[in-house]
Amino acid sequence: MDEALVLARVQFGLNIGFHILFPSITIGLAWLLVVFRVRYERTHDPAWLGTYRLWVKVFALSFAMGVVSGVVMSFQFGTNWPGYMNKVGNIAGPLLAYEVLTAFFLEATFLGVMLFGMNRVPGWMHVTSAIVVAIGTTVSAFWILALNSWMQTPAGHTTDGDAIIAGSWWAVIFNPSFPYRLAHMLLASGLTAAFLVAGLSAWRLLKAPGDAAAHKTLRFGTHLAAVLIPLQIFAGDLHGLNTLEHQPAKIAAMEALWNTEKGAPLVLFAIPNEDQKRNDFALTLPKAASLILTHQLEGEVKGLNEFDDRPAVTPPFIAFRVMVGIGMLMLLLSWLGTWRLRKGPAPRWLLWSFAAFTFSGWAAVLAGWLVTETGRQPWLVTGILRTADALGDASGALLGASLTAYVLTYAVLLLAYMVTITHLAGKGS
Amino acid sequence: MDLPLVFTALMGISILAYVVLDGYDLGVGMLMPAAERNEQDMMVASIGPFWDANETWLVLGIGLLLVAFPAAHGVVLGALYLPVAAMLVGLMLRGVAFELRIKAEGWHRELWNWLFWAGSTLAAFAQGLMLGRYITGFHGGAGYWLFSLVVGASLCGGYVLLGATWLVLRTEGALQAKAIAWARWGLLWVALGVALVSLGTPLASETVRAKWFSYPRILYLSLLPLATLAAWFWIWLSLRKSDWKPFAGAVAIYVLAFGGLTYSLFPYVVMDRLTIWDAAAHPSALKFVLVGTLIVLPFILGYTAYAYRVFRGKVTGGGPYAAPK
Repeated sequence: MDEALVLARVQFGLNIGFHILFPSITIGLAWLLVVFRVRYERTHDPAWLGTYRLWVKVFALSFAMGVVSGVVMSFQFGTNWPGYMNKVGNIAGPLLAYEVLTAFFLEATFLGVMLFGMNRVPGWMHVTSAIVVAIGTTVSAFWILALNSWMQTPAGHTTDGDAIIAGSWWAVIFNPSFPYRLAHMLLASGLTAAFLVAGLSAWRLLKAPGDAAAHKTLRFGTHLAAVLIPLQIFAGDLHGLNTLEHQPAKIAAMEALWNTEKGAPLVLFAIPNEDQKRNDFALTLPKAASLILTHQLEGEVKGLNEFDDRPAVTPPFIAFRVMVGIGMLMLLLSWLGTWRLRKGPAPRWLLWSFAAFTFSGWAAVLAGWLVTETGRQPWLVTGILRTADALGDASGALLGASLTAYVLTYAVLLLAYMVTITHLAGKGS
Repeated sequence: MDLPLVFTALMGISILAYVVLDGYDLGVGMLMPAAERNEQDMMVASIGPFWDANETWLVLGIGLLLVAFPAAHGVVLGALYLPVAAMLVGLMLRGVAFELRIKAEGWHRELWNWLFWAGSTLAAFAQGLMLGRYITGFHGGAGYWLFSLVVGASLCGGYVLLGATWLVLRTEGALQAKAIAWARWGLLWVALGVALVSLGTPLASETVRAKWFSYPRILYLSLLPLATLAAWFWIWLSLRKSDWKPFAGAVAIYVLAFGGLTYSLFPYVVMDRLTIWDAAAHPSALKFVLVGTLIVLPFILGYTAYAYRVFRGKVTGGGPYAAPK
């Protein structure tokens, strides 16, 4: 790979990775805010008002981070990947346009009412605004996941001369991997928000053990996570089986299976050796990969040797293990927490555990996106467009200079964001 | 139906809406250092409920460029790589600084105030630079760059004028008096900028020169500068007498300048290289988006109007996130 391609990918990956952090929070948190706001409307308990007003601040900040990094992305499609729009613009463009039209304006406008309108509009209208914002964030995810899934498993398109166009928009949007990916992402967002709320509430309780609102939100976040995580494991399994059907090379890379086998072992850990096409230091569980992927002990799993176009093994292999590992820890902590909170106030070790897991959702989301995006390589749109063919003519030097500016900006913003929300939660208002 | 033409109109409306709407909040950001601390809070409060939605018009405008003219999207954004990156860094800094300054105390607050100003200024200047490069068809050479720098500086003046007249509309008392003075400086800056850019544009582009200076078109065309001049005087004379007229006048100047620009560029989407018909996407994509746009746009306009109605009137000292009554 040449320098410009690597830099363009690093820059875009950095930006898209930075961006996804904030929607991961806001999609889930928007619905939590609806719950908090409705509970206040019903009970007029000031603890719920305080809760709402704390978390709406966190939401506003996360939303602003999402907006600004999203604006960057809408430009980087053109600056970094002009070939992408040239080739599949007739499909990608309309899906992005529908996101802006049906979701962006809705969220941004009603967020204004939500944040600043509490004493200007009637209570029911304020509740409605919160619901509209939550719907907006979910609709936004719908369109983006439709486009991303189409890039993974294209369907419903046809050609007219040289142009690739939609034959059936229904088939384009509801392409084979879309329902699984959407469910997986929405659940991920719910989990990210649940651990954020539980973690920051735990942080508050470490500082002010008597805070009634923080007790409520710790329990709420813990219970929500305990319910969502088994659903997520189930959805993830379905998503994996769907990937095996439509993108077998990605599964082979995720599992570091170099050769087609019956009764394939599950590689728990290894250092993939790309040169020798084998795994070093492998720790394996016999026949487990066949069992998980085909639900049969002697089922055949295709190895990387079957595919001419295949991704590098190490990134999806490692990222997948990170994601699953964090998921297991989330399951353990949320169930342990639910059980322990039934017996009374949380002990300090539990509070510290939740505080440590505040941003665990981010780590899992990033790892998951790394799996699916690096696993799609060398394609940008599977079977249609290679990543290398979409590159623009920006020089390595230009990309390097702007990359430096982006890295600095993101580092400052991310640090400021994390410090600010931790500070807000710590003082509890 | 001529779909590329329809999308050119939609894209034009989005970009004009963006420039006017985000223009006033960028202008308010640029005016921050000129105000006292409590005034700064009021200035920020005046744009608080709107800035997110204002910025969305930029995403729509760029989204329509991407949807309707994919061939031009890559050319334009590739050629504008550096100013685009600068604008984006500016928009990010100011957007986040906006949220963080409310939550910060002490020197942190001063830092975010400064970044709010710096981000607003950087974004405004970079947008002007992009416009300048765009008009000149991305030609290299010192003269073209000088022209682009002048456009950048002029757009900053234009945003200051919009921001100041917005504050005249939304504030009262001492801050309003200050805003009136800022608006006068903004007017002078705009007058100089518009004059320089109007002189420079036909020099920088042969296509524009041919379009402007042909008889009898020049007779109708001269209505644009005359109307701009009238709007300018209207603002100057109404500054002490009316709250809303100066802002309306500033918007009128933008609409007129935008009209002149559209006339000069049409039918090119990349100056002298790609017309809107060369660069247009496939009709199937355009139809699909057009249907959605026609259904959704009235709703967007409706709830935008609702938001402006909810937050109408003068900003008071309560500040953002004020407690319910």
